[in-house]
Amino acid sequence: MTEREYAYYAGCSLEGTASEYDTSLRLVLKMLGISLREPEDWSCCGSSPAHTVNHVFAAALAARNLAIVEKTGLQTLITPCPSCMMVFKKAQHGMTKSESFKQEVNELLDEPYGCGVIAKSALQVIYEDIGLDAVAEKVAYVLPDLKIAPYYGCILNRPPDIAQFDDPENPVSMDKILKAVGVEVCDFAFKVECCGAAFGVPKRKMVNQLTYKVLSMAQDCGAECIAVACPLCQQNLDLRQDQVNRTMGSSFNIPIIYFSQVMGLAYGYSPKELAMDKLIVSADHLIRSRVPVEEFRKVQEAEAKKKKPKTEKAGTKEETTTEETK
Amino acid sequence: MDAINLTKSVNWDFIEQVKKESGQNPSFCYQCGNCTAGCPYTHYFDYPVSQVMRLLQTGQKDTILNSRAIWLCATCESCTTRCPCEIDVAHIMDTLRIIARREGRVSEKDIKLFYDTFLDSMKQFGRMYEMGVLLSYNLKSGHLLAGADLGPKALGHGKIHFLPIKIKGRDKVAQIFERFIKKVKKHD
Repeated sequence: MTEREYAYYAGCSLEGTASEYDTSLRLVLKMLGISLREPEDWSCCGSSPAHTVNHVFAAALAARNLAIVEKTGLQTLITPCPSCMMVFKKAQHGMTKSESFKQEVNELLDEPYGCGVIAKSALQVIYEDIGLDAVAEKVAYVLPDLKIAPYYGCILNRPPDIAQFDDPENPVSMDKILKAVGVEVCDFAFKVECCGAAFGVPKRKMVNQLTYKVLSMAQDCGAECIAVACPLCQQNLDLRQDQVNRTMGSSFNIPIIYFSQVMGLAYGYSPKELAMDKLIVSADHLIRSRVPVEEFRKVQEAEAKKKKPKTEKAGTKEETTTEETK
Repeated sequence: MDAINLTKSVNWDFIEQVKKESGQNPSFCYQCGNCTAGCPYTHYFDYPVSQVMRLLQTGQKDTILNSRAIWLCATCESCTTRCPCEIDVAHIMDTLRIIARREGRVSEKDIKLFYDTFLDSMKQFGRMYEMGVLLSYNLKSGHLLAGADLGPKALGHGKIHFLPIKIKGRDKVAQIFERFIKKVKKHD
């Protein structure tokens, strides 16, 4: 397979609280033939706080990074964190739409940004550029016990004019990717509900109440765990799950796994390589049953053989009963 | 909400200011309530987002800028996505918050403090230093034990850095802050 090169902006969370997202995503993308180049000396995107100050200022903090990428000649920037991605997309949107906005932003920068970089989520690149067939091709292991609620969070696909990917109300890219790696995906009604976002610190109780709803809904739809694509969703649902239980009197014990970790497990990477040990709510009990595809098939075939005579017997029994009723 | 005397209290300049700064036209809103119906934060707002839109149409500057709603909005974009009139409601909320901040009206002090602490960290190191932001927020807010239960968990799982990651170009990032402050002062 020829390697495709993309720019890659990890973002501050992926260096810290979400390092398992970074670790697993890099492995999975490599497996899918994608090589990554990080913008040299990248800075924080500004995230939610910057756009509460001023839109030109927020766009400038983002555009500093986009300008660094632009210099490398790469046009697509994989941005795993939806918050960073939305900041980049909004800067790009504002600067392409209005020449005066672009000028104002560039006045704050050392080196002007020419608007030549498109930020995309890792999900979008995997779904659109790699494709589901290639995603399925690499599967080496079966995860029979994983029953997942795919959780997209609020801004991965919204607002649609700026996100430009998947459906804003019922996104399906993660559902399809997880299905392609052989995992059972639940129909999850809260896939785009907000988890409480960055308010965990100043408004803890409110965030606990909001995540409680997400966790309850996942449980109600029969999921054993939740797959996420956002460091903030993961943190609010996983790191704060104990808090939720204490605040709401619940007893959730639902692992919150990055979709890239699920893919990595299906591709045969060890839980250690995928940094599964960084999850606060352990997913060990769900991945213990992981078996190589070949072995799984053999077991299935053996079971099918065993079942055959039984079904025949059942068939004859049924015949007799119908005769009896006659 | 109390009755409002529109003959006396409409601030037309404010309506124009918000229109100009947000690039949105609030008069398109016909109060269907779709934004409020989908707003995850509406139970915490003092005025639901559709009421903020109505208050804006009627130029109720003080009520809006002193509201808690504009600070509790997380920009989750549900309202913008669902507005049948294609108003970017979340962008209007963001603009209102920016104006409130500029005028020194902060109804949710902890939220603003958290944002400011985050930005300070970014200005200092070029990247956000998670542990520094949390400790600094706790000290400044007086909520000394906020999130203290999470610390051992995050540390135990190796999820948090003790020391900040400093980028080489942190002065370049700080310059963006300084140029912006200068620009604001010039306009004042």
